[in-house]
Amino acid sequence: MLLNSEGGIVPTTDADTTFRFIGCSEIQEILGKQAADERQLAELLEEVPLDSVYYHTHSYFLRSRFIERTYPNDFAQWVAQQLQDHVLAERLSVVDPFDFQSLEALREELISLIDDHLSGMRTVPRATFGTPFYFNRSRILEVPTGIGVQTLREFRNAIEDVDSSAIYFHVFEAHLRLQRKENDFSAWFRGSLNLPDLADRLKALNPYLGSLERLRSNVLTMCDEQLAKSASVEKV
Amino acid sequence: MWKPAFVSRQVYNNPLPISLNTVVGLTEEARQMIRELEQYREVAPKGTIDFLYRLSDLVRDKRFLHISSVRYGGGMAEILRRIVPIMKTMGIEASWEVIAGTQEFNDVTRRITDGLQGREETITEEMYQIYLDVNARNAKALNLDADLIFVHDPQPAALVDHRKGGTWVWRCHLDAGQPYRPVWSLFRRHVLKYDAAVFSLPGFAQRLPIPKFLLYPSIDPLTEKNRELSRGEILQVLDRFGIARGKPILLQVARFDRFKDQIGTIRAYRMAKKHHPCQLILAGSGVLHDSEGEAVLAEVQQAAENDPDIHVLQLPPEADREINALQRGATIVVQRALKEGFGVAVSESMWKGKPVIGGTTGGVSAQIVDGATGFIVHSVEGAAFRIRYLLSNPGVMTRMGALGKEHVRRNFLTTRHLGDYLTMVKLLCPE
Repeated sequence: MLLNSEGGIVPTTDADTTFRFIGCSEIQEILGKQAADERQLAELLEEVPLDSVYYHTHSYFLRSRFIERTYPNDFAQWVAQQLQDHVLAERLSVVDPFDFQSLEALREELISLIDDHLSGMRTVPRATFGTPFYFNRSRILEVPTGIGVQTLREFRNAIEDVDSSAIYFHVFEAHLRLQRKENDFSAWFRGSLNLPDLADRLKALNPYLGSLERLRSNVLTMCDEQLAKSASVEKV
Repeated sequence: MWKPAFVSRQVYNNPLPISLNTVVGLTEEARQMIRELEQYREVAPKGTIDFLYRLSDLVRDKRFLHISSVRYGGGMAEILRRIVPIMKTMGIEASWEVIAGTQEFNDVTRRITDGLQGREETITEEMYQIYLDVNARNAKALNLDADLIFVHDPQPAALVDHRKGGTWVWRCHLDAGQPYRPVWSLFRRHVLKYDAAVFSLPGFAQRLPIPKFLLYPSIDPLTEKNRELSRGEILQVLDRFGIARGKPILLQVARFDRFKDQIGTIRAYRMAKKHHPCQLILAGSGVLHDSEGEAVLAEVQQAAENDPDIHVLQLPPEADREINALQRGATIVVQRALKEGFGVAVSESMWKGKPVIGGTTGGVSAQIVDGATGFIVHSVEGAAFRIRYLLSNPGVMTRMGALGKEHVRRNFLTTRHLGDYLTMVKLLCPE
C-alpha cells in the first residue's frame, strides 16, 4: 500500500478519485399558504409539500451564509419574533434535522411538538401585530464549479475559496434532500483518500449549529490538523 | 420516495471562460463590461464571480428578454441598466425593450398601478381599451421572440395576450398584497396568461394558479449612491447641509409621505435626546408636484420646531452622492415606516456599516437580522429605547455595522440578483 505525503492512500486503480465541487443556486417559490396562528401553522405544516419543510429548516443556511440567527429554523424564528411565544420557539429550535433520516419524520416531529404545546395553552398565540408565516419552497439548481481536487491538501486549498453554496450542497443537500448516508466530504475522505478518522470527525460535525462560514472554518481546521498529523508521521 | 422539486445535473469540466488576455474578438464595450464585472470581485463574497461565470455557462444559449415601460428612473431600471449588459458579456442573449405609450396610456396605467396598490380607482371600458390598444401596438412593433420574457410591472403586462413562444414571467415590483378589488379583477386576467409571476415579498402577492416566485431587490455597490466615499467627500456634504461634527447623527432617508412617519422618528429622537446628545437628519424627496408631499413636509418642519439639531433635507431624486454621504456620516439609521415597499434604504445603510432600527412593515424585517445587524421595533418607544441602547454601547454599533455589511454583501448586492436571474432562466426554460 502506498502512502501519499498527507497520510492518505495513493490510488492504485484507474477509478476516478477526483472530488468535484458542485455549488448550487436557489430560487424561492411562494406557495400562497400562510399561517396567522400556531394552530394554522401545524395544520399547514401537515399539508405543504416536503420541499417546504426542507426549505424552512434548511434554506436559511444558504440565504444567510454569514450570520447566525437566534433560532435555527424559520418556524421557531417566526413563533419567537411574531408571536412572542418563546417556549414553543425554544422547543422547535432543539429539533435537529441532523437526527432525522427523512423529511417526513422531521415534519411529524414538528407537528407533534406544536400540537403538544397547544394542548397546554388556553388561547392559541396569534400574530395580531406581526406578519403571518408564509410557506415557501425552493428550487435548487446544481452548478458545477469546475474545481476538482485529488489530495487532501488540494481539497483544503479549494474549500478555503470555493463559493459557500458548494459547502451547502455537499453537506446539507447530501443529507436530507439527496438522502445520502453521509455528507459528500466525509464519503470522499473515507472512500477515495482512505482517511476514516477524518471522515468520521467530519460526519459527526453537526452543520445545523452555525453558519456556512463557520462550517467552512471547521472543515479547514480539521484538514489542517490532519495535514499536520500526517506530516509528523512522515518525519518519524 | 420523495424527490426534490427540481434538480438539474450537468457534467462540467471546462475551465473558466473569461480572460481578457486570451479571449479574442471581443468589442471594446464587451471588454469594458468584463472589467466592470471584475470590479465586483472586490466587493462580492469570495467565489461569487467565478460561480456566476459557471452559472452563465448553463444558460449560454438562452435568449432572455426584459420588457418595461421606462429605461430611466426607479430601482428596476437601475438594476436592468447594469445587469443586461453584464449578461450579454457573459454570453447570454439578453436584451431589454421599452414599450412606447401615450399620455392617455400613462394616465390609465397610473390608475392601474395605484389600484393594484390598494387605492380606489375607476377604470372605464374606454380606459381599458386604451391600455389594450397600446399593448397590442407594442406587441407588433417589438421582437418578442425569446426563451424567457420577463415583463416588469403592469404597464406592458397585456403584451402576454400576444405571446407566441417562450416562457413568460410577470415581475411585479409593487405591493399588490391588498389591491383595490375591481382593478385587480380586471388586471388578473392578463396575469393568468403568464407561466409564472415574481414578487418582492410573499405578502405582496395575490392568490394565483400559476407558480409565484420570490425575488428580493438589490443594491449596486458600484453606483454613486453606494460606492466608497472618502472622509473628505462625506464631510463636504455634511458641512454643506450644516450638520454639526462630533455629535451622533440619527438618519432617516425616506420621501415625505405620511406612511414614512417622520413625525414618529422625531418623537423617538426627542425621547433619546433626554439621555444622549444627538442630532436627527430627515432626508427625502417626493415633494415636487405632490401636494400631499408638501403637506407632510410642512408638518415635519412644524414638528421640528426650530430645533437646531433636526435637519429636514428636501433632496432632488438625483441626489445619490448626498444620500450616500449622509448614510456614511450617520451613527444610526432609523427606517421605521407605517407602510413600506421593500425599503432598499435599509440595505444601503447596512452596506455602509450602519446599525439600522426598522419596523415590521414591507421588506424591512426581511433585511434586518434582529439583534445582529440592527433592531426590529414595533413602536416609537421601541425605536427610542434602541437608539439609547446603541448610543450607550458604541462597541455594539460597530459590531452590528460590520455584520450588516457582510449580510448585504451576501444577500442584497447586484451579484446575487444576477445569480437569481440566471437561475430562473435555467429552471424556467425547458431544454
